[in-house]
Amino acid sequence: MDRTSNILFRFHIDLPLFGGVVVMCALGLVVLYSASDQSLDVVLKQVARILIGFTVMIAVAQVPPRRLARWAPALYVVGLVLLGLVLIVGIGRGAQRWLDFGVLRFQPSELMKLAVPLTVAGFLADKVLPPSLRTLVIALVLALLPAAMIIEQPDLGTAILVATSGLFVLFFAGISWRFIRNSTILALAAAPLAWFSMHDYQRRRVLTLFDPGQDPLGAGYHIIQSTIAVGSGGVYGKGWLNGTQSHLEFLPERATDFIFAVYCEEFGLIGVAVMLIAYAMIIVRGIQIALDAQEMFGRLIAASLVLTLFIYLFVNMGMVTGQLPVVGVPLPMVSYGGTSLVTILAGFGILMSVQTHRKFIAET
Amino acid sequence: MRSLPTLKNVDRERRLFQQRIVVACVAMVLLTGVILARLVWLQMINHDHFTTLSHENRLKIVPLPPPRGLIYSRDGVVLAENRPSFSLTVVPENAGDVAAAVAELRTLLDISDEEIEQFMRQLRITRRFENLTLKTDLSPEDVAVFSVNRYRFPGFNIEAGLSRHYPLGESMAHVVGYVGRISETDLKTIDQSNYSATTHIGKIGVEKAREDLLHGQVGYQRVEVNAQGRILRVVERTPPVPGVDLYLTVDARLQAEAIAALDGRKGAIVMLDAATGGILVFVSNPAFDPNAFVNGVSRARYRAWSTSSDRPLFNRALQGQYPPGSTIKPLVALAGLQYGVRTPERTTWCPGWYSLPGDSHRYRDWLKGGHGNVNLKLSIAHSCDVYYYDLARDLGIRRLHDMLVRFGLGEITGVDIPGEAAGLVPSPAWKRRVRKLPWYPGETLIAGIGQGFMLTTPLQLAYATSVIANRGEALIPHFLDQFEGGAEATEPVSPEIYRRPGVSLADPHYWDAAIEGMDEVVNGPTGTARRSGAGAKVRFAGKTGTAQVFGIAQGVDAKDQEVPEHLQDHALFIAFAPVDQPQIAIAVIVENGGGGSRTAAPIARTLIDSYFRDLPVPQSGSDG
Repeated sequence: MDRTSNILFRFHIDLPLFGGVVVMCALGLVVLYSASDQSLDVVLKQVARILIGFTVMIAVAQVPPRRLARWAPALYVVGLVLLGLVLIVGIGRGAQRWLDFGVLRFQPSELMKLAVPLTVAGFLADKVLPPSLRTLVIALVLALLPAAMIIEQPDLGTAILVATSGLFVLFFAGISWRFIRNSTILALAAAPLAWFSMHDYQRRRVLTLFDPGQDPLGAGYHIIQSTIAVGSGGVYGKGWLNGTQSHLEFLPERATDFIFAVYCEEFGLIGVAVMLIAYAMIIVRGIQIALDAQEMFGRLIAASLVLTLFIYLFVNMGMVTGQLPVVGVPLPMVSYGGTSLVTILAGFGILMSVQTHRKFIAET
Repeated sequence: MRSLPTLKNVDRERRLFQQRIVVACVAMVLLTGVILARLVWLQMINHDHFTTLSHENRLKIVPLPPPRGLIYSRDGVVLAENRPSFSLTVVPENAGDVAAAVAELRTLLDISDEEIEQFMRQLRITRRFENLTLKTDLSPEDVAVFSVNRYRFPGFNIEAGLSRHYPLGESMAHVVGYVGRISETDLKTIDQSNYSATTHIGKIGVEKAREDLLHGQVGYQRVEVNAQGRILRVVERTPPVPGVDLYLTVDARLQAEAIAALDGRKGAIVMLDAATGGILVFVSNPAFDPNAFVNGVSRARYRAWSTSSDRPLFNRALQGQYPPGSTIKPLVALAGLQYGVRTPERTTWCPGWYSLPGDSHRYRDWLKGGHGNVNLKLSIAHSCDVYYYDLARDLGIRRLHDMLVRFGLGEITGVDIPGEAAGLVPSPAWKRRVRKLPWYPGETLIAGIGQGFMLTTPLQLAYATSVIANRGEALIPHFLDQFEGGAEATEPVSPEIYRRPGVSLADPHYWDAAIEGMDEVVNGPTGTARRSGAGAKVRFAGKTGTAQVFGIAQGVDAKDQEVPEHLQDHALFIAFAPVDQPQIAIAVIVENGGGGSRTAAPIARTLIDSYFRDLPVPQSGSDG
């Protein structure tokens, strides 16, 4: 036992976190097998991505937090350049989100999901907290600039998530409640402005959220079909591979953004409880890591990554159950897709790095 | 700005961070609670509702059309059948540029402008995801050509189905009728759920009259479909109940020979089975091809048919109303006997004309010199008009009217196909009501020889003839002999259901007098149709008739005038055979055929010979 944890510690792997992630990824594969209409091909592809993700996670875990903080600005700048490239030459379905490097298709906005909190945390860690107004303004610009570029792609969901991951760092750094309150009021006042700058499809998504029935075959179709899937699953679910909504193709995007609906339909409320417990294990461990961190950078990055993970869950589940607009946020570790999975796992690598590079001063 | 740099207070920063963690945790728990509450609402409280929605989503009920019952003739020839047919259909939504694809298809398949026009009209009014038919009745070659090129036409499909076909075409068109696409008007009268899978419905003839038997019961299958509506699996199936097969009384062989005997002339022939009332022959010439109507007749063809002066769409046997002329003389004679104004022996002097007392108008006999002294038998045999002018005057129009009506004239026979015309037996009451004019005595005389206002259909004449042949027994003419299939097995239709109150006379011997007269028409040395009677296989009785189309002025001899064909008289002949044990009754009318003896009687003779060709010759009585 001791030897195992020693080996794990030498490779900077945090066992509780690692265990939670493995459980979640396994659960994800089970759901994916059903959601992909029992395509072993899809599942094997996802397994390959998970393996890549784990490699990245462990690699990141080897890097001490201080070095991560040092590298962050460079990562951030590269991210900005790539976002600019996407706007100019990017490819994508309806929206420009991807860069095609021949063998690898890459979504620079995913990189920003890590680069932004890392940079903001690195910037704030050395400052006197709660931050002064000047520091605050610089941090806000760091968080919002990439988000603004991502909105231009246009990808509202990712833009919001990138911005919030930076804003969460500010929140944990202790910006005053007064500031939070005032800026919230300001944001609400600016909402009409945002409405007019939105693309038609984004407006439609917001509108259909309030009344999915108004366009049952168009934008409302996703929400109607997914609530039917979730509701008809009941407490016990229809059973694995038996979800009629999913298998008869009523459910759109069922392997990616709407995979939670497949899960709810087939495993019911009990299954959902199991999944929430698995996620809770990861989140609780993440908070522990944040609280145990010896340096401010570690605390800020760990806490903001955990909260961002939760937001992913909340937005995806809220979207599938018809409480939030359809914004295109995958369910972490379950949805089919490579880049977001690698990003999430790299985030866990950062958490492990924070946890395993502590110095043991005054060990009792 | 600031004069002094603030010092970093590590403990304070850590406490602040911990506070924020607590806030974040509370927020996460609350938001998770929101999600959980929503899930409980969806999955527990409203579970049943969503289960219903999900079932509705995936289970669809698809109606299955029942195969329509077949129609056979008495001699077992198929008159109406269901042929496998292929049609080219398209779901516009899946086809991209439909117009371009159709233009491309025209280079491969023979698609008429008419079909394109009809398709384009439908394309505008139906929804994009509904199946549309571009061309029906594709030949096997068309199907092959399309299948090879199919990859070029996404959204287009060959659909197999059953299409109604009438193998005998024109010959049975006015009997069997045809089916056509269900129209708005049809929708109002049918049980729509039973017709949910049916596309065609009987429009005229037996197809319409027996729609209830022919159609059958719709079947259903409950299928699981995906979001595209593609059927994945049949969950349960209630098969349709096929329509009932009908056997008609019509004889295909006799029908063909009757048409041949008409030799292209316009006219109608009805032959009844005297014992049952079953219709053996029912010809209206010219006719039309009923197959043209099944999938929508082309506009040009319909216009040609409906505007032709030959009127092929008009069912002469059923709806053609002709003055019966002298063919009603046996009936008038029977009225004279029944009402006691004539005896068989009493003679009337015929000088060739007749006048009412105090009136100079001369009602002419067809024979200019007159027939001399004629009794009842000779009056029929020679078709003496003067005898009947005198008789009609003695009877009066009311009694004449009453007797004719008892033989079914002036009202529909009740034959089991729709659209029958009632004809007309005039009466003073009718004239007052319709013409707003009083009845003139001269009109009674004219009615006595079947002219004037009087109108009868060929079917009515055949029916009246059958009543004479049966000595008063009356059977409603009908087409349906028996049917097969459905709930019951073979269901022979009892002739009793077709029996109706006939004609009973004061003395049954009156029948002999009238029948002897009709026998004399054919077999007597001076009968008007003696040429047709010579050498017949069985002895038959009949009566000639000529219906005036064109009035000839007083004092002019008709024979001196050249009358164009379409204004020439209609030739009529009624007959039954054999004389002593009648089995069949016939009415023949040849439009513009001139005299009944010349054109109509030979046709009846041909058919009688044909009918008895394969039957043992019935033993006739002592005479011979």
